[in-house]
Amino acid sequence: MGYPNQPHQRETAVLSQYFGDAEARTLAGWKKRGGYKALEKALGMTPADIVNVVKESGLRGRGGAGFPTGMKWSFMKPGDGKPHYLCCNADESEPGTFKDRELMRWTPHALVEGCAIAAYAIGAETAYVYIRGEFTEPLHWMEEAVKEAYAAGIIGKNAMGTGKRIDVHVHKGAGAYICGEETALMESLEGRRGNPRIKPPFPAVSGVFGMPTTINNVETLIAAAPILMNGADWYKKMSLSSPKSTGTKLYSVCGNILRPGTYEVVMGFPFKEFLYDVCGGPMHGRKFKAIIPGGASVPIQTVEEAEATLMDYEGFVAQGSMLGSGGVIVIDDAQSMVTVIARLARFFAHESCGQCTQCREGTAWTTKIMERIRDGQGTIEDLDTLLDIGEQMTGKTICVLSDSCAVPVVSGIQKFRGEFEALIQGRRFHPVVAAVA
Amino acid sequence: MAETKMVNLTIEGRSVSVPEGTTILEAAKTVGVLIPHYCYHPGLPVAGVCRMCLVEVEKAPKLAPSCASTVAEGQVVHVHSEKSLEARKGVLEMLLINHPLDCPICDQSGECELQDYTFQEGREDSRYREPKRFNPAEDFGGDVIYVPNRCILCTRCVRFMDDIAHDPALNVSERGDRALIGKFEGKDLTHPWAANVVDLCPVGALLSKDFLNKARAWELDRTASVCPNCTQGCNVIMETRENQVVRMRPRPNEYVNAYFMCDWGRLNYRWMNEKNRAERPLVRQNGSLVPASWEVAISAAARALNGKSVFVAASPMLSNESLYLLTQVMQGGSGTFRVTEGDEAPLPGVEDLALRRERAANVNGAETLGFRKTKDLLGGLKQGDVLVVAGEDLAGIDAATLARAGEVIVISSVLPESASNASVVLPIANFSEEEGTVTNLRGRVQRFTQARQAPGETRPSWLVLGDLLGAMGKQASFFLPSDVFATLASSNNAFAGLSYDTIGFKGLPLATVPATGPKTPVAIGAA
Repeated sequence: MGYPNQPHQRETAVLSQYFGDAEARTLAGWKKRGGYKALEKALGMTPADIVNVVKESGLRGRGGAGFPTGMKWSFMKPGDGKPHYLCCNADESEPGTFKDRELMRWTPHALVEGCAIAAYAIGAETAYVYIRGEFTEPLHWMEEAVKEAYAAGIIGKNAMGTGKRIDVHVHKGAGAYICGEETALMESLEGRRGNPRIKPPFPAVSGVFGMPTTINNVETLIAAAPILMNGADWYKKMSLSSPKSTGTKLYSVCGNILRPGTYEVVMGFPFKEFLYDVCGGPMHGRKFKAIIPGGASVPIQTVEEAEATLMDYEGFVAQGSMLGSGGVIVIDDAQSMVTVIARLARFFAHESCGQCTQCREGTAWTTKIMERIRDGQGTIEDLDTLLDIGEQMTGKTICVLSDSCAVPVVSGIQKFRGEFEALIQGRRFHPVVAAVA
Repeated sequence: MAETKMVNLTIEGRSVSVPEGTTILEAAKTVGVLIPHYCYHPGLPVAGVCRMCLVEVEKAPKLAPSCASTVAEGQVVHVHSEKSLEARKGVLEMLLINHPLDCPICDQSGECELQDYTFQEGREDSRYREPKRFNPAEDFGGDVIYVPNRCILCTRCVRFMDDIAHDPALNVSERGDRALIGKFEGKDLTHPWAANVVDLCPVGALLSKDFLNKARAWELDRTASVCPNCTQGCNVIMETRENQVVRMRPRPNEYVNAYFMCDWGRLNYRWMNEKNRAERPLVRQNGSLVPASWEVAISAAARALNGKSVFVAASPMLSNESLYLLTQVMQGGSGTFRVTEGDEAPLPGVEDLALRRERAANVNGAETLGFRKTKDLLGGLKQGDVLVVAGEDLAGIDAATLARAGEVIVISSVLPESASNASVVLPIANFSEEEGTVTNLRGRVQRFTQARQAPGETRPSWLVLGDLLGAMGKQASFFLPSDVFATLASSNNAFAGLSYDTIGFKGLPLATVPATGPKTPVAIGAA
C-alpha cells in the first residue's frame, strides 16, 4: 500500500497491508493478524510438498533476477549429509529501492516466519538474515521479533513444539552495496571481505561455509506464507498478464513524482496507470522524461517506453528495461540526464569491490568522463569511448556490478544522446522551471 | 590409483586430451598455446579476477575465464578469436589507464608481463584523458618494496602469503579504483619465504630491495642452476651481469621447490663474486709460496700425495664429481666434512619444502660418497698425514692441529689463512663457475651449470682433480664433467643408471631412494 501515503484503491495489499500499523510489529499483534499460522501449517507438511506449492504458485525472486523460487529451493538435495543454510538477502542497497526496509520495519515477524518456512522447506536448521548496516530501524525491529519468536518457542531447538530445529540469526552488514550480491554476502557473512565468488560452484552446491545454501530476497521469503495459507492458485490468479509472472510486487517509487512511496500491485499492472494514477503523476507543471523502473542497475526507459509497459518480468524487458528490484526512479523534464547518469556511475565506482579489472578501472573511468561531460568539458569522442568502455564492462566480470554501471550510461547515451551532445557543444542545459501553483 | 578420465577438446584448432578437471588454461599449455593471464599462477589458488584469460568457447553465451573453467568433452576453444582479442585489449587498456608508464625507470622492465602482453596485443594508444591515481611507494619490510601505481591487483602476493606462507600479512585495502595492496597492522614481510612475492608479481609493483636499480633485465645472462645454500637444493636461475652474480630466482621444479625459494638462499649469492681469490697455482719454494704453472703445481701435488697416508677435509659445497675424484686421491685414506647450521624454516603450503638446517649444497652427496660428517674436522688427522684441504676454509682450526699434517695441499677457490704453510695451492672455480651435480637431502641428484667465468688461471675442480689423478699415475682422463659422472655412475651403486642426459634439469633420485620418496611431485597448498 502506498505507504506513507494513503493506500490507493487499485493496489492489492498482501505483503504491505500492515504498513503503518505499529501493533503488527509485536508478536501478539502479529498473531492477532493471523501470523505464524502459515508456519504451523508448513511444519505439518513435508518439505517436498512446500516446495511444490511454491513451484506451483509461480513465485519468482523479488531481488532482481527473477529466478523461480520453488526451483531454487528444489536444488537443495535432502539427505546429502551436509548442513544446509538459508540466507535472507536483506542488504537492500540498490539506489531507489526501499521496499524491504518497509517490510522489515512494519512486519518483522513476517520475515521471521518466511525464513522459518523456507529453512524447513530446504532442510536447513539455520537461517541468516543479512541486513544492510545502514538499516538501523529495521535491524532493531528484526532483532526484537527474533527475540520474541525464540521466547515463544516459535523458532529455536523445538520450533512450535514439532521437535524441529530452526535458528534465525540477524547479521548486520557494514555498508557495502556489493554485499547484496549473493556470493559476496556469503563471504561477508563468513567474516571475510565482501568480494563476489566465481560461479560455479553455485550457492546450492557450495554456499555459506562451503555448504549447500539457498539465498532469497526479503520480499520473496515473506510471500511464501500467504502462498501456503491461500494456495498456489490464489497466488497465480493475481496476475493481469503473463502466466510467468504471478502474485503481487512491491514497488518503491521515488524521484520527481507527486506521491513517492511503497506500493503493491499485481503483476501485469499497466505502468502508465501506476505512474499517473496510483502515484499521482508528475509534479505540477512538469512532465516525466525518463523512468528507471527497477533500481539503478536496469536500463533507463523513455517515458514512451514506460507508458507502454505492463509491470511484470516480461513486460519491462519488452520495453527496453527490467523489473529488477522494483525501485522506480522517476526523472522529470527539469533534470539533466547527464547529471543523473554521472551520479549513478559515481555510485557504482564507489561500490565496486575492485576485484575484476574492467569493473575496478571501468566504473571509475566512466565516472570521470561522465563528470567531465556534465561539467561542460566533454568531447563527442567521449561518447564513443563511453559506449566502448560499456561494452568492455558487460558480461566479462565475476559479478554484474560492472554491467550495472554500464547499463545506465549506455542506455542513457542511446536514448538521450541529444542532452549529452548539447552539453558537449556548449549549450547549457536549461531546466524547465516549475510553474508556480 | 583410479584411472583418470581423459577429456578431449579442441583449442585453437589443435586436439587436446587432458585429465578431467584440468583448466582450459592448463590444457592449452599442453599444446603450446599460452593464454595471456595475470592473476593465475599454477602454484596459487585460483582467483579469476584479472579477466585477462577470457577465451571464446563455442556455444557458451559469454567469454570464459580459462583459469577458472574446467575442460568439457567436445569443447571448441578460441584463444585468438576476434572476441577474445577484443576483450584482452580492453583489459590491457584498463590496466594501463592508471599505470604511470614509467618503464624506463622500472626494475621489471624487460621481464614485465604487462609490457609483454601490451606489445603483443594491446592498443597502441590510450583513450584515457583523466588524471591518474597516485599512491606513494611503501616499504613492505623484508626485501620488498611496494609501488602501488604499477599494481594491477592480481592478488598473487596476497594469496601467496595467505595460502602458501600461511602468514597473512597482506590484504587488498580499500575498494574500487582506490584499491591497493596493504599490510596488516603490525605485520611486515619478514616471513623467511616472503620475497617470493617479488617473483610472483607479474609487474613492477613488488620489487626486491637487494636487486633495486642493479640491472636491466636485458643485461642479464641467465643460467640454470641449483641453490647451493642449503640441502633442499631449490632449482634456480642464476643471473649475472658483467660476470657478476646479481640475482637468484626460483626455477620451477615440482619435485623439489615447486615455484619458490627462500629469502636466505636467494640473497646469499655475494660469496660467489668474492674478489679475494686464489687465482694462480702456487708451490712452496725456499719457504715461501710462489706462482707456478699448472703442470708444475699438479706434479708437485702428485709427488706429495703418492704413496702417502692421505686425509681429505672437503667442503660439502663441492659437486658429486669432485668429491668422487677426491675419494680416488685419498688412496684408502679418510675424508671428513663439516656443515654450517642454521634454523630450519619451512614453507608450510608446500609439502617437504624448507630452508634446511644444514647450509650446504651437497651434504647428502658427500655422505653417499663416504665422507664423514663431523664437527671435529681434523680429529682423525694422524701425525704425518698429507692433508688435502678441498674447498674448506679451515675457520677455527688451530695451528697445533694443522701442524700434525706432514704436508698440506690446498685445492680451493680462496686460500684459507691458516693454510699459508701449504706446500701446493691449486685454485679451483667456485659453485657458480663450474658445472656438476649435487645431491639434495632427499637423494635427488641435480645438475648445475656455469654461470660466470672463473678468475685468473683458476680451473674447474673436476678438471684439476682429474689431472692430479693422472699425474699420480691413475687411469683418469676426463674431458667433461659428464665423463666424471659416467665413471662415478659405473663405480657407485647409488648413482647407477644416472647420466647427465637422463638427469636433465629437473634431477633424478639416487637409485637407493625408495619409489614413494621424492620421485613424486610435491603437493602445493596441502596442510
